[in-house]
Amino acid sequence: MYTIQKSEELAQKIFLMDVVAPRIAKHCKPGQFIIAKIDEKGERIPLTICDYDAVKGTVTIVFQVIGASTDRMAKLQVGDSFSDFVGPLGSVSEFVGEDLVSLKNKKMLFVAGGVGTAPVYPQVKWLHEHGIDADVIMGSKNKESLILVDEMRKVAGNLYITTDDGSYERKGMVTEVIKDLVVNQGKKYDVCVAIGPMIMMKFVSILTKELGLHTIVSMNPIMMDGTGMCGACRLTIGGEIKFACVDGPEFDGHLVDFDQAMKRQQQYKSEEGRAMLKELEGDTHHGGCGNCGGEK
Amino acid sequence: MNVLKKVPVREQDPNIRNSNFEEVCLGYNQEEAMEEAIRCINCKNAQCIKGCPVAIDIPAFIHEVKEGNIEEAYKVIGKSSSLPAVCGRVCPQESQCEEKCIRGIKGESVSIGKLERFVADWARENNIKPVAPAALNGKKVAVIGAGPAGLTCAGDLAKLGYEVTIFEALHEPGGVLVYGIPEFRLPKETVVKHEIDNVKSLGVKIETNVVIGKSVTIDQLFSEEGFDAVFIGSGAGLPKFMGIPGENANGVFSANEYLTRNNLMKAFDETYDTPIFKSKKVAVVGGGNVAMDAARTALRLGSEVHIVYRRSEAELPARAEEVHHAKQEGIIFDLLTNPTEILVDDNGWVKGLTCVRMELTEPDASGRRKPVEIPGSEFTLDLDTVIMALGTSPNPLISATTEGLEMNKWKCIVAEEEFGKTTKEGVYAGGDAVTGAATVILAMGAGKAAANGIDQFLTKK
Repeated sequence: MYTIQKSEELAQKIFLMDVVAPRIAKHCKPGQFIIAKIDEKGERIPLTICDYDAVKGTVTIVFQVIGASTDRMAKLQVGDSFSDFVGPLGSVSEFVGEDLVSLKNKKMLFVAGGVGTAPVYPQVKWLHEHGIDADVIMGSKNKESLILVDEMRKVAGNLYITTDDGSYERKGMVTEVIKDLVVNQGKKYDVCVAIGPMIMMKFVSILTKELGLHTIVSMNPIMMDGTGMCGACRLTIGGEIKFACVDGPEFDGHLVDFDQAMKRQQQYKSEEGRAMLKELEGDTHHGGCGNCGGEK
Repeated sequence: MNVLKKVPVREQDPNIRNSNFEEVCLGYNQEEAMEEAIRCINCKNAQCIKGCPVAIDIPAFIHEVKEGNIEEAYKVIGKSSSLPAVCGRVCPQESQCEEKCIRGIKGESVSIGKLERFVADWARENNIKPVAPAALNGKKVAVIGAGPAGLTCAGDLAKLGYEVTIFEALHEPGGVLVYGIPEFRLPKETVVKHEIDNVKSLGVKIETNVVIGKSVTIDQLFSEEGFDAVFIGSGAGLPKFMGIPGENANGVFSANEYLTRNNLMKAFDETYDTPIFKSKKVAVVGGGNVAMDAARTALRLGSEVHIVYRRSEAELPARAEEVHHAKQEGIIFDLLTNPTEILVDDNGWVKGLTCVRMELTEPDASGRRKPVEIPGSEFTLDLDTVIMALGTSPNPLISATTEGLEMNKWKCIVAEEEFGKTTKEGVYAGGDAVTGAATVILAMGAGKAAANGIDQFLTKK
């Protein structure tokens, strides 16, 4: 059992938890993720690692409530536990293995969208701890849904925040900020790391391709075992089939087939929706949807 | 009774079982088992033992069954096998022990598999435990993977007094026994869980949710966790795809994904959270046991199911019994048929499978008949799901993170057959991780061999 030591609602429907998992805390690095399962009947849910503390033996996860299982997770309290918590999974961010001297000469730009701020944070923090200040763009719907602003401010070089409705700092999409920095202000970056909703990563990648800026994205497709066994998370990267769980989750954004990836994400949407309704309203659905085969 | 024929085994009616996940074969009762046991002529130079990868003393255990001493029979099997209730169900006996049986020359061989199953089930129902744990010898062995190879290796080492910890990547121990083989062939709660509990009762510890190579490396098991030897039984988990257009469409699954959702995650049971796609018409591509398992699972979930296989019935790699069961249940076999493209609708979902008819060439020098396309024979199956059951290869997670561990060109771990010794000191390996996808019992044989190898290595040390 993996006990929850801290639980906090960062923004509406976005939760942060510290979970006791010493093996993972000791071995994880930026770019990796974990899979959690609440209890015997729960799903295996891939989740972002936001932070880790090898000394305390805890791993910090951040998740958004998007379905029945994450809704159930959100209801867990301090002292409750996950029956299963496995990781760290996936490959470590490329820069972690790079020579520090050459890394210090690189200028890095991070783009964090919504709950994607959580996996960006440990990367920027790692760089900060190694004497490298990276610029960070954070984007969200509005002021209320921004997360980890103070934490990010402590570890980022320049921090640019933008909201869709202009309720905090800038107004507009993250792509507009990238354009502003690179085209208008003439800033030079060697690499961009963009993590957020797939649609955001797609448009960041289209833009940075035009700008000639090498871009890494972190993919979060449907996943089950997370060890390369099932192939549910397969993506087309530069025309080749790759598994996000073992070959990724980080890939060259200019090679990812985002349209296919977004379609694949819809695979269990109707099943998830029904499970969510059942969770919220009880057993109220008795057909008529055209999907479940029930009578009208 | 006709001594040339096996005592028939009771099965669930095909028209009832094709919509439930209860076990197909019901097994012998004691009366039937004792009657079948009489057919064994107790050969002095028993060929059946040579056909068994773990060399169970088959005539000896059958003799005990004949006498009605089922507990004694269980002890005889227990000397060689840690998973008899599993093996009695999923071993390909027809190409191993039973193939060698003298009875088989004229008539049917003795039903060794069904007798083994009866003995193991009787022992479980009567709460008979295997031997008590041995006194510890102070040496620690790590076993990677709680599948058939790992469980066997761990059980054998524990019996010799080693302190054994199995590290399992998934949340349940059992490997292919829990994620791959369906409930209707191998019940999880009663049979698999019980056999694993028996291994634990020998003193073996099982730590789940540990991915070796990620959560901890093999080198760290030696340097930081004090293990004296390591056995790798990590299996062959990586699914293969065909490389045809449309394979990333929604509704295309690897057999591993489909079976894992259903078996490990229990998607067939509505009280579990993991979803499985409700198909109307499915094509399963492949002809092995895994293809049969996937097909019969899809059928039970309410779909029409076609097996699409490029050779003819004679070449189907699946066990004859599985093919027979699949046909009885209503699986449609499209043989000498090979897919060339998966057709996809505008929303990214599978809508059909284009196939081409095949024919077999005359046998070549090696005696093999090659399937070749019949020109102009393309046709389309309208369907919503394609399951790829084309085999699996070993997972590179361990090889990529362990220095000095040699791989062959198929990414299998190089290990000596006799004792499972790898190119890295103190590290042994066996099962699918070494051979590529094979059978449960071959993996158990390899686990056994490696337990011997590790014992010799640590005794000398």
